[in-house]
Amino acid sequence: MEWIYEPWPWYVSGPMIAVIMLLLLMAGKNFGMSANLRTFCTIAGAGKTNDFFRFDWKSQRWNLLLVAGAVMGGFLANTVLSRDTKVNINEDVVVELQNMGFESAGDAYLPTEIFSNDVFGQPITLGLLLLGGFLVGFGARYAGGCTSGHAISGMSDLQLPSLIAVIGFFAGGLIMINLLFPLIF
Amino acid sequence: MKRGIFYILIGVIFGITMFKSEAASWFRIYEMFQFKAFHMYGIIGSALALGVIFVQFIKRGKIKSFSGEEIIIPPKQKSVPRYLIGGVLFGLGWALAGACPGPMFTLTGAGYWPILVVIGGAVAGTYIYGLLRSKLPH
Repeated sequence: MEWIYEPWPWYVSGPMIAVIMLLLLMAGKNFGMSANLRTFCTIAGAGKTNDFFRFDWKSQRWNLLLVAGAVMGGFLANTVLSRDTKVNINEDVVVELQNMGFESAGDAYLPTEIFSNDVFGQPITLGLLLLGGFLVGFGARYAGGCTSGHAISGMSDLQLPSLIAVIGFFAGGLIMINLLFPLIF
Repeated sequence: MKRGIFYILIGVIFGITMFKSEAASWFRIYEMFQFKAFHMYGIIGSALALGVIFVQFIKRGKIKSFSGEEIIIPPKQKSVPRYLIGGVLFGLGWALAGACPGPMFTLTGAGYWPILVVIGGAVAGTYIYGLLRSKLPH
């Protein structure tokens, strides 16, 4: 059972995700995490001002429970199921990131420069996190799904719209990392 | 009640998988967009390969859900601009924040509190999309 404390290889994690999708399909549900963001808006009362948010959010109760589970899973994975959470990324990438000011590269799960609690006193970093989240939320709803909804569910069903969306995801990611990061960091 | 536990349990497995696979690590996302490791491509690729088999199995075998109903995977609306523009915006955010919606919740559980700012941004982005929806090309 020692392997469970180590990072899981792709050939364990990938099939696990497919099985999760299968279990949800067998339960009559469609795997899609970003739909919960819309549900949050509805619960907060966004349906009063906009009809995009006017739906019976209780029909998404199962998805909210999935979110609650994902939060618990993150807690368990980080505490009970891991001894060391540093991520062994490619050595070239470590050097590159350290040159950009990400000293924690190769030595942490998330870069402490933008994910330690110190950032709550750093308006620029907070702004970047907020912007990143904003683009994810706006883009996911505009595209009608995120990684789980398009890259996994939609593409598994060989749907062309999902392929277009995933091409968009990668185009956006490549632009951010290769063109915009040198300007931001 | 029993059904509720089923979804929570699937969520727990999903959260553990996201964290332990390091798909929830900002570093892994950065590395992926630099094409410097196979790891993330292996995760998405193997999930997809098996996913295609599962979906074909359900469709061809006319497999019924646990409760005996027909399994419906709703076809996405035909369009190019909404998927391409929305997709690019999503990708920009995914690479900047280093997390897509599933891992955001996982990282909350792992205690990385700044991720709450990312989630706040994602909810705001969703809301603003709702307001602008009728003015955007779909």
